[in-house]
Amino acid sequence: MVQQLIFISALAIAIYFIRKRVLDIKANINLGKENKINDYTRKRFVSMILVAFGQKKMFKRFIPAILHLFIYVGFLIINLEVLEFIIDGAAGTHRIFAPYLGGFYNILMNIFESLAVAVLLSCLVMLIRRNILKIKRFWSSEMTSWPRLDANLILITEIALMFAILIMNASDQALQENNTNYTATGTLFFSSRMMPILRGFNVTTLIILERSAWWFHIVGILGFAVFITYSKHLHIFLAFPNTYFANIEAAGHLRNMPVVTGEVKMMLGLTTSNPAVSTEAPGRFGAKDINDLNWNNLMSAYACTECGRCTSECPANLTGKKLSPRKILMDTRDRMEEVRRSLKKGGAGLGDGKTLLGDYITKEEINACTSCNACVEACPVLINPLEIIIELRRYVAMEESGSPASWNSMFQNIETNFAPWKFSPADRFNWADDKKI
Amino acid sequence: MEEPRYTVPTMAELAAKGENPEILFWVGCAGSFDERYKRVTRAFVAILHAVQVKFAVLGIEETCTGDPARRAGNEFLFQMQAMNNIQVLNKYSLKKIVTACPHCFNTIKNEYPELGGNYEVIHHSTFLQGLIQEGRIKMKAGGSFHGKKITYHDSCYLGRANGVYEAPRAVLEALDADLVEMKRCRSTGLCCGAGGGQMFKEPEKGSKDINIMRTEEALLTGAKTIAVACPFCMTMMSDGIKSKEREGEVQVKDLAELIAESQGLSSKP
Repeated sequence: MVQQLIFISALAIAIYFIRKRVLDIKANINLGKENKINDYTRKRFVSMILVAFGQKKMFKRFIPAILHLFIYVGFLIINLEVLEFIIDGAAGTHRIFAPYLGGFYNILMNIFESLAVAVLLSCLVMLIRRNILKIKRFWSSEMTSWPRLDANLILITEIALMFAILIMNASDQALQENNTNYTATGTLFFSSRMMPILRGFNVTTLIILERSAWWFHIVGILGFAVFITYSKHLHIFLAFPNTYFANIEAAGHLRNMPVVTGEVKMMLGLTTSNPAVSTEAPGRFGAKDINDLNWNNLMSAYACTECGRCTSECPANLTGKKLSPRKILMDTRDRMEEVRRSLKKGGAGLGDGKTLLGDYITKEEINACTSCNACVEACPVLINPLEIIIELRRYVAMEESGSPASWNSMFQNIETNFAPWKFSPADRFNWADDKKI
Repeated sequence: MEEPRYTVPTMAELAAKGENPEILFWVGCAGSFDERYKRVTRAFVAILHAVQVKFAVLGIEETCTGDPARRAGNEFLFQMQAMNNIQVLNKYSLKKIVTACPHCFNTIKNEYPELGGNYEVIHHSTFLQGLIQEGRIKMKAGGSFHGKKITYHDSCYLGRANGVYEAPRAVLEALDADLVEMKRCRSTGLCCGAGGGQMFKEPEKGSKDINIMRTEEALLTGAKTIAVACPFCMTMMSDGIKSKEREGEVQVKDLAELIAESQGLSSKP
């Protein structure tokens, strides 16, 4: 009974903290501009199933894709076992599914164990790739101590959780040999390898071991679930909405600015009023801070798991420029978190004197982008760093007139000569002169 | 060989006669003003003439699509250009726009519709592929490119931006050439470094210029011809070859120039 109460309290505490964090994150995403995305529902759904659920884009890089697939499938399937854990914990039962499933329970447990071993080994290889092989994309300059620790914590926790399942099952099997009260699971291929050691332990030790492993696993999962809401690991949930709401137009299309269309039509005498401005005061042109970006850009910052595929494909980054598409997303998220912390303390929030552009992202970074879409193409969950970069450039060009001098000359050439270079528009057709009869 | 002489009709001239061309050839600023890319324009026009495609250009009515302004953040200037161009284009009844510039192609195809300009737009690589498939351009096996190594550098605005990966390759294969790929190609192709307004400014501080990195990748294939399909890529790759002092042996050519050459249509540069 005491155990049940402790379990239910632990569950309640976890739910309380997760709910609080989910509301904070939701509020952060809602700082973004409204952007109704209600078209192509079928196409979006299919894309979400293929890209998020089906991991389609992961397989451009085979080794990490396989390692990730084991962990992903393990996560999906082992959660079925967590369901049993929760019922057992709340009801004070032990392996409640076993009597109902009969011989199938053994098969199921063996599947879970195989996945647990696969997850464990994959996480181990990933730790080696990050910390021993030091694969370049995990050590770029934006991968400071917290992002690196975050990644390692996730992997170590998952290894510990999987190890707990195996110890629990092994001690359970040892207890089954000693004490018929224990529900028979049948031989479990992987955990039974530990039995020769455990057979030397007395029953009390085995009970303590089994219970400790059970508690470690379930409390570990609850704690991990809270941790995830503060971690890059949030991608396990947000990858789904992010792929659903991702851009489905040709990657070369940049988002139109209807406010500007209205202004330009007025300037050209095509209309007398700007329908896009309507009653509310027009906001900034482009983005200086997070609230100038669309909500889906902000959500994508939480969907980013900092894998760095974008940065490792970015031509600017590859040639030593400061731009890193991953950093653009990390900065966006960090700025949201900063604003939220300030607001929760009763502070100024967005009005704290800092902005995304300037305090987090510099002009040098955004000016280095070639808009080549390599980052967009590389992202396994369809995040679009380019959209954010262009919004920041729009602010610099239209609100600050702060573009590089050579761009300002290019603008001037287009305005006066209708070409980005300084040529007379009257000479535009001269190329054909030596063709003419 | 002497270049054939003929007229390059404008849309305005044809409209005055009550005629409509099969295609409008959108020349673009580079195709109109850049000395090197004017040769591509002429090569493409020579092909159109040779295969008797009824075409026209806008001539001095054409202006910058606004692509570099939009990518550099100046949305006002982009939309001014776009609206003006759309007003001009909408004067004529157009069937199809063909352009040799992937940036113009992307902007007119993807960004003009929401501003009131709806046209069928194709890039010249797709158009050339069509001419070859239809047999309007007859390629002979064992031609001057037979067995010669050619590598194709993907333009970002053709490839990743619009999914056109195969048309340029189909054109090169029709030359009976030995098409060799760089390690980064198609959807993972490395940018030449000129997109997003970079063509019009110095690169930001870094350890290397992007076009140098890409040129090194192209040279690694051992190809003596680097095929491109974009005026900016043309400039960047040519500059890369020059800085490697390999311009004597390695040439950077547009698809249209290679086809024109194989057909005996173009004079020496």
